[in-house]
Amino acid sequence: MSSSPRRCAPARGSAPILAVILAATVVVGAAVLVPAAHAAAPGSYGIGTTPTEAEIAGWSIAVPPSGANLPPGHGSVSQGSDLFGTVCAVCHGAFGEGVADYPRLAGGVGSLATVAPAETVGSYWPYATTLFDFINRAMPFYAPHSLTPDQVYALTAFILNLNGIVPDGFVADAQTVPAVKMPNRDGFIWKDPRPLTHDTECMTKCVDPASLRITSTAKGDHLTPRTTGPVDDMKAKHP
Amino acid sequence: MTQEAAGTEEGSGAPAMASRRRLLRTGVVAGGAMLAASARAASPPDDPMWSRTLGPGVADRPYGQPSQYEKDAIRRYVPWLTQSTQSDVSFTPLQDQPGILTANGFFYERYHSGRPSVDPAQHRLLIHGLVDRPLLLSMDQLQRFPSVARIHFLECAANGGPEWPAAQLNSLQFTHGMVGCAEWVGVPLSTLLGEVGVKKEGKWVLVEGADGAHMDRSLPIEKCLDDCLVVWGQNGEALRPEQGFPLRLIVPGWQGNVSVKWLRRIEVGATPWYTREETGKYTELLPSGKALGFTWVNEAKSVLTFPCPEKPLTSGAGFYELRGLAWSGRGKIRQVDVSTDGGVSYTRAALQEPVLTKALTRFTLPWRWDGKPVLLQSRATDETGYVQPGIAELRKVMGTGSVYLNNSIQTWQVLADGSVNNVQLS
Repeated sequence: MSSSPRRCAPARGSAPILAVILAATVVVGAAVLVPAAHAAAPGSYGIGTTPTEAEIAGWSIAVPPSGANLPPGHGSVSQGSDLFGTVCAVCHGAFGEGVADYPRLAGGVGSLATVAPAETVGSYWPYATTLFDFINRAMPFYAPHSLTPDQVYALTAFILNLNGIVPDGFVADAQTVPAVKMPNRDGFIWKDPRPLTHDTECMTKCVDPASLRITSTAKGDHLTPRTTGPVDDMKAKHP
Repeated sequence: MTQEAAGTEEGSGAPAMASRRRLLRTGVVAGGAMLAASARAASPPDDPMWSRTLGPGVADRPYGQPSQYEKDAIRRYVPWLTQSTQSDVSFTPLQDQPGILTANGFFYERYHSGRPSVDPAQHRLLIHGLVDRPLLLSMDQLQRFPSVARIHFLECAANGGPEWPAAQLNSLQFTHGMVGCAEWVGVPLSTLLGEVGVKKEGKWVLVEGADGAHMDRSLPIEKCLDDCLVVWGQNGEALRPEQGFPLRLIVPGWQGNVSVKWLRRIEVGATPWYTREETGKYTELLPSGKALGFTWVNEAKSVLTFPCPEKPLTSGAGFYELRGLAWSGRGKIRQVDVSTDGGVSYTRAALQEPVLTKALTRFTLPWRWDGKPVLLQSRATDETGYVQPGIAELRKVMGTGSVYLNNSIQTWQVLADGSVNNVQLS
């Protein structure tokens, strides 16, 4: 790259006229060659390549509730039990109870309407296919995509069994996993009811001043990290 | 300290070092009197040190950095929120954001499997499923499509989550900092879907990242064809790795996690996939035990960014300008009203241009503080007529156990000493 300041100076001689002509030519040409965005038919831009079947299959990992896309293979509860102890229990606990704040995987059925709901795979997740999908796509947390399909099936079987959803002899495969009915299968409303409130733009006497009271304050709490100095890891406050 | 007193900053070159040596020599001679003078040297009639020093030259810091006096203005996190910083969130220092655009270094982060380091030369975007013509694109190829630049906010679904049960975090950064606003440059998703040709059964779109979690969400085709963008540019430069370099989706006005980062795959299907991030997470459990799913929109919200717990009123009674930010996932902000009496009465604030759809909007109100305790609030109304509610009202529907989509009115309690606290009102 030249650093000459003269690059910023106006061009001299006949160059600008030539540039205008060239630019006009390009614009006219573009109008002919490039279709309007709305009218574009598939393939109009002709950019990119057509992926092969193998390329698509390699990345197409999402498993919907129908079970479409589940790979060949299988895994049993007992195989999953051994593997879980080795690979998963360090975070999720030997019985899926969750170590520290890592996610709890088991229990909690019947807790969702209480003041202390436990949203676990067993109590909350609506589809067993999601369990296979998520282990396969993201677990283990510290080494994603390190498990074989058989291993993912085995872990799926074990976690479903931990929750009492399938019997000890269950073998997970592309047919059995989508057939599992999860306890909270019908627990979701898949349509946002928002807006939840319908306030008006009140400008005066919006609330009775006599009824106004502070219900909670964050003043003096021990939950807030410092917002000055270096990033606060709160180790001094929460050893 | 010596370098600061000399009016130079870190990374300065030879001239600055020379002046530092000079100052040291002078300091030895002048002793304590010299140091005392430098502490007030910026006030007239004195000529401050930085005016008597040759500063560093151009390209001394080739990328550029904030002033060394802005070290507090950084992203921060709440260590007790999650078990691992690789599946965690950091917060934008909104108290240090003067306008509607969030500096790329300030922009909040949310990772599900840490921050991948993606090589753009190797990165690919695969588009397939219920389409006429599956497509594999390199970054070079993607960037040849007609492009647009748009300014939109992104807000995490969990912004304000810890405030559902009670006022818990005494900080603007931690109550509201899971939001940012940027100019995004890229290709409309509708252009790419037009190029592959969506079959008529194609009603849902799966978007998936190249991170370790292959973070994925199902989106309805209508939204994808409306205003979604596949972007590579953010605020005058390439996306930062924190924001999905080299490619991410932007779903304007919808909770941040659907704007999948490190975007590698778009699949068109007939029905949703019910991924973990739209079943086990990012769903809203109601007091009844039922849960809301596919709740995407960030509804109208606002907050005063001055004053706030981090920026108290330090100069006593007198004139101040109340300042804040407002936004809505349903369109433009129509107005913002500000209360100084805990919501008994409101005064209309001025909106500052530009007022853009699904973007942070700045508002201001001149105010004369009498030095007595006050309860400050702001309340946004968007172009649909929706008015930002109070937390007590939202709790009537959602209970206190909710985590997501808290768009309630924020109350800042200003005490007589000018300090500011996060409180909630009945």
